[in-house]
Amino acid sequence: MLSRTASELFWMSRHIERAENTARLLDVTYRMSLLPYEVIEPGLAWAEPWAVPLITSGLATEYYRQFPALSAENVLRFMILDSGNPSSIFCCLRAARESARAVRGAITSEMYEDLNSAWLDVRGYDYARIESGGVSEFLDWVKMRSHQFRGVTFGTLLRDDEYHFIRLGTHLERADNTARILDVKYHTLLPSAADVGGAVDYYQWGALLRSVSGFEAYRKIYSDVITPRRVAELLILREDMPRSLHACMNHIYETLERLCDEHTHEIERAAGELHAKLHFGRTDDIIRQGLHEYLMDFLERISALGDDIIRHFLDPA
Amino acid sequence: MSASPYDEMRTPDGAIRPHYQAFAQWLERTPAARIAQKREEAERAFHRVGITFAVYGEDSGTERLIPFDLVPRIISADEWKVLDRGLKQRVQALNAFLRDIYHEQAILKAGVVPSERVLANSQFRAEMQGFDVPQGIYAHIAGVDVVRAGAGEFYVLEDNLRVPSGVSYMLENRKMMMRLFPELFATQRIRPVQHYPDLLLENLHGVAPAGAERPTVAVLTPGAHNSAYFEHAFLAQQMGVELVEGQDLFVQNDTVFMRTTHGPQRVHVLYRRVDDDFLDPRAFRPDSMLGVPGLFAAYRAGRVTLANAIGTGVADDKSIYPYVPDMIRFYLSEEPVLANVPTYLLHRKEDRDYALAHLAELVVKETHGAGGYGMLIGPAASAAELEAFRKRILAAPGTYIAQPTLALSTCPTFVESGLAPRHVDLRPYVLSGKTVSLVPGGLTRVALRQGSLVVNSSQGGGTKDTWVLAT
Repeated sequence: MLSRTASELFWMSRHIERAENTARLLDVTYRMSLLPYEVIEPGLAWAEPWAVPLITSGLATEYYRQFPALSAENVLRFMILDSGNPSSIFCCLRAARESARAVRGAITSEMYEDLNSAWLDVRGYDYARIESGGVSEFLDWVKMRSHQFRGVTFGTLLRDDEYHFIRLGTHLERADNTARILDVKYHTLLPSAADVGGAVDYYQWGALLRSVSGFEAYRKIYSDVITPRRVAELLILREDMPRSLHACMNHIYETLERLCDEHTHEIERAAGELHAKLHFGRTDDIIRQGLHEYLMDFLERISALGDDIIRHFLDPA
Repeated sequence: MSASPYDEMRTPDGAIRPHYQAFAQWLERTPAARIAQKREEAERAFHRVGITFAVYGEDSGTERLIPFDLVPRIISADEWKVLDRGLKQRVQALNAFLRDIYHEQAILKAGVVPSERVLANSQFRAEMQGFDVPQGIYAHIAGVDVVRAGAGEFYVLEDNLRVPSGVSYMLENRKMMMRLFPELFATQRIRPVQHYPDLLLENLHGVAPAGAERPTVAVLTPGAHNSAYFEHAFLAQQMGVELVEGQDLFVQNDTVFMRTTHGPQRVHVLYRRVDDDFLDPRAFRPDSMLGVPGLFAAYRAGRVTLANAIGTGVADDKSIYPYVPDMIRFYLSEEPVLANVPTYLLHRKEDRDYALAHLAELVVKETHGAGGYGMLIGPAASAAELEAFRKRILAAPGTYIAQPTLALSTCPTFVESGLAPRHVDLRPYVLSGKTVSLVPGGLTRVALRQGSLVVNSSQGGGTKDTWVLAT
């Protein structure tokens, strides 16, 4: 297939995944902000619930350039509707739809229509409408649109290179997001980790899990109180957990095995190495290395992998 | 204009014409509320499907919907027989003309078409001289605009031989009508048009360079910001071929390749929707960002086929148009089946004098213009507009033609106050390759403003489904 087509499809699915992840992050933050919380370490930015989505997406600096102070409304405006913030839900859906439009012949008409109607709908929202209809309802709608688009893709698209590049985009974005959420939340939660079982603590960990649809899975697997160690295990190493790093790398590696040939063998090897680290990794070793260090290393590798994919498949000189 | 124009549905005394009877009965039976609901449904669906076009001159990126009217334009089997024959004849003659002027120029030597009209025409491509294109076909896809006037006679208004657009609307309109009103199709024998993309692909395969056993076809688009981008993507998808932009292609050893995720892949036939000038910065406009450097050399080397060929614009130029009936006689030794609209060539003194004296009754068009831009409709123009146009004509008479204002036929159309007659035209699409073929139908465009004769979508026109009845 055309490199340009592959590139548009890859970014289309990344942007949809990003819109969904942003919605998840905001939803959890919104729910958290409704709980009474105590500032554990005053002055520590990430102790503020509304700072978390900004820090996770690496957008805090950009935010403070525009807004003097942290407030729910401003963060929501910035992360949902801001047409100048390329990671806002609005911009992600716009970019995804633009990509789809640029290569609409490469996807099924059902896919295009689904994405196009999501875009037409999101254009009809302003802050007042989101607020009056309910912030969570809106964020749920974003998640559902993402689920629906993935479903339409799964249900209608030929299992061809088009499909593989779409899948690659989704899982690279998702892996990146899970690693970031885990890292930021880990920072936030660590100081109180000793008081396992406290009410606020329970909600904090519960929120983290819910943001990656992991709360019910955690209950089912561990049937026990939430501990940082198990959360890390669930979201990093468990391959049966759909948003875990291991599950994402399963998809990425499997897809690259299909796509790579003798010229692109190095990409397959790098993905395989990263996959093996997760496949054969142990929670104890991760904790010993330090979760933050482990996640930083993962983010660096996955980003390098993304760059290689772009250089070799999507934008060859 | 004296009598009211020919109406497609009703005779002058108000009776329903035979080929509209079944539809008229259905219309009478169907509650207005259901039709109103279907109109909304159609609009929503067109938006969702993204059948939009970009409008030049407005905010960049403006996407608009072409209004779709639910009343079909119906053509009887007998009427279609005439059109089918006349259109094929016309396109065959035009292809013969193009082959001739880029080779022996017999028609110029015979004095049938004045040499200077052809050779000095800005659309004439000297680079094409003496070059043999596959099957001798230049205009693989022709969109011929046909109107009805007077007592219902057909006239050809113009021949679009460069990159005619609109066929996707023909197909989507049909799909929409079948979805909204399946009962209409169950009770009448309406000839299908949905196989157009197959026919097009077969046609393109047929003109591949010699030796290409399984030729690779691609659609070349200027990109997502082009007004007809939807159609480019649509046709590529329907044919199952790649939609490429200039940046996706490169030329090596006079061979055209696409950049793919598995390395370079050869392309044999380009259905190009990019104008001649922009195709190859080395051969034509050096500032073109849309083209492919070296494409023309590959074309001349016979390593890739371009559809349509380069240099077809000279044959659909409005200053050549008056000679098409003579071309038919010259190349085919036949009388034209379809008439031309009488045309005044304003570089001729006697024509110009007549036109300037009767400006308020005439339609004046630029010879190279298209899309309804830069034309004067005398009867609708103010005194100031007439005066301004008079000056423009006098300043460059060779760039204009004038035609009598035809009372275009009307077709009932839904407007705010209900059903009302609106002027329509018809663009069937003629495919030429190993054979000449066309699907029974075309794009019917309708001028939605009362009394307006301008059907171009860029000027607020709408479209209708076009039915050709089987019996």
